[in-house]
Amino acid sequence: MNEEELNKAKKAIGEEYQFIHGDTAVAYGALLAGCRFFGGYPITPASEIAEKMAKLLPKVGGKYIQMEDELGSIASVIGSSWTGAKAMTATSGPGLSLMQENIGFAHMSETPLVLADVQRSGPSTGQPTLGAQGDIMQTRYGSHGDFAAITLSPNNIQETLNYTIRAFNLAEEYRTPVFLMLSADLGHMREKVRIPDEVETFERKRPKVPPEEYIPFGKGEYGKEKVPEFGVFGEGYHTYVTGLTHDEHGFPATDDQQDHDKLIRRQVEKILDDREELTDVEKRSLDDADIALVSYGITSRSALGALNKGREEGKKLGYLRLKTLWPFPIKEIEELSKNVDKIVVAELNLGQMYHKVKEHADKDCEIALADKIGGEIHSPDEILAEV
Amino acid sequence: MEKKEEKREVEMISAKEIRDKYLRHDMMPHIFCTGCGIGNVLDYTLWALEKEGLDMDKTVFLSGIGCSSRLPGYIDVDSLHTTHGRALAFATGVKITNPELNVIVFTGDGDCMGIGGNHFIHACRRNIDITVIAVNNYIYGMTGGQVAPTTPEGDYATTAPYGNLEPAFDMSEMAISSGATYVARWGVKRPNQPINSIQEALQNKGMSFVEMMSPCTTAYSRQNRMGSIEEFWDWYDNKTILAEDHERIKQYGSEEEKEELKDKIKVGVLHKEEKKSLSERIQELIEEVQV
Repeated sequence: MNEEELNKAKKAIGEEYQFIHGDTAVAYGALLAGCRFFGGYPITPASEIAEKMAKLLPKVGGKYIQMEDELGSIASVIGSSWTGAKAMTATSGPGLSLMQENIGFAHMSETPLVLADVQRSGPSTGQPTLGAQGDIMQTRYGSHGDFAAITLSPNNIQETLNYTIRAFNLAEEYRTPVFLMLSADLGHMREKVRIPDEVETFERKRPKVPPEEYIPFGKGEYGKEKVPEFGVFGEGYHTYVTGLTHDEHGFPATDDQQDHDKLIRRQVEKILDDREELTDVEKRSLDDADIALVSYGITSRSALGALNKGREEGKKLGYLRLKTLWPFPIKEIEELSKNVDKIVVAELNLGQMYHKVKEHADKDCEIALADKIGGEIHSPDEILAEV
Repeated sequence: MEKKEEKREVEMISAKEIRDKYLRHDMMPHIFCTGCGIGNVLDYTLWALEKEGLDMDKTVFLSGIGCSSRLPGYIDVDSLHTTHGRALAFATGVKITNPELNVIVFTGDGDCMGIGGNHFIHACRRNIDITVIAVNNYIYGMTGGQVAPTTPEGDYATTAPYGNLEPAFDMSEMAISSGATYVARWGVKRPNQPINSIQEALQNKGMSFVEMMSPCTTAYSRQNRMGSIEEFWDWYDNKTILAEDHERIKQYGSEEEKEELKDKIKVGVLHKEEKKSLSERIQELIEEVQV
């Protein structure tokens, strides 16, 4: 993004230091990242993101639209992205469920977009105003078929702002939907935030060849090899974009096993090949730890309390926070499980990442689950009880 | 809609030249059945594009799922073949993001009025500046002939084996009452009126809806015993009445003529009005509040 655009965004956002909640931080981060389209549909506890974007986007020349439902909001975002805008939507569990088919379309058509999910208790309408971490698997396996997801999970308001920018950068770099996971508690919690002065942004690679030589779903020519360049609508590339299995020119190729295999493997590998580059974890007190607390998002703040309290009591505890949930940080969990006797996974569901940790941990390492549902976060003692 | 600014000389152009100019030849052969009206709808659309002189680098076609939704694939242009029923929501994102683009949606009766009904009425309400060409064959053709929200009451379908128990939607009436600013309906047998209507739809700065009644010679014809392709096409042609004739008979016709009207489908330009489009209003707002 150029200097002028960034200054416009900063001007619209206002004061350098602000006391804001997580939903507002998503809107600010989006604006700073260069997001210029938001297709929304109201839902607790994510509505404030749409409200902020409705107010701010026109100020920076961006477009806001409230669609008729979540199926429409994610659809409008994909349409906007193909027209060249950095585009996003925000929702919560019920909305995320409704969006699944078009999320699959975004994977299949390799469309960059950001989806902020402010999680609430489910299934169904559940507890609309109360936080949860029940949508983790939905970002990874929610749509039908094979694909790889990028899912980020911040745990404070400044990080929420920074990670919104990172989400846009990754979406552009990998030509893929990126999920930003909050929960009601994070979305509605206020903390002091500093609006960054400099913002590093990534712009999707555009084709440099003339239209007749452009291959929209082939090899990346000057960025990542498995990420093809993106020919924006209206620039003469005449790209055919379809949710059907397609060849590298974008044309339907629906009855050949090889065509499908080639397309989907490249789409999955473009993300999983970079698993380690994408992995982001925070480690504390692990050097001499016997037992590690693994958590993410809002729950990691309870885990930090448990770490401090446990250490005071003389327990040799360590702390690992997953900041990237998908791709799953396999190497970090493998290493951790070799160095400790036990891992306690704390999360606001009845066990989702617990199973992933178990899958990749050393067989000799005991894996325990500190689960909690019902809209309250763990107390440190509730996590310590599983140690 | 935007068109090339220079004054165009209307030149004689052959059907072959139209095909060479607009179609993707590497997508042929097409998937459509013999006797289907979809090819005619494509043909009329291409003639309208040519007459209007739209810049194909600044035109985007969208579609959902169904027979008619495969049409954009055959046109050499940017296009988005989306999920079932959602094309209008995708199109909304395209048009709002870049109002300079001409946005055209191909859809069918199941795609538009069944699964996509909600997006349809809201796109009309917003008067977003796009052109929708809906191919209505009164049945789910691609999936093998299931009953649609447009299937006439009493007609047969694979999922209405004893005859359709439900009343049908009239798509054009729905478009008008939802706020579309240009609405026309035609059969596929005669080219000139639909070509002119599609051209007028492209010119209208708002939501334009052109319903094309197209015989489904495979699924619908087989189940409702419509006879040969020629007989089915003639049946359609005889079933229609021009909107102005319809109006005249309603006012001045004999009882006998009025009785016959009940079985007829009104064709013609059914509605036209001037209203600011959503994309225009968004641009105005930006100019007003931009920092």
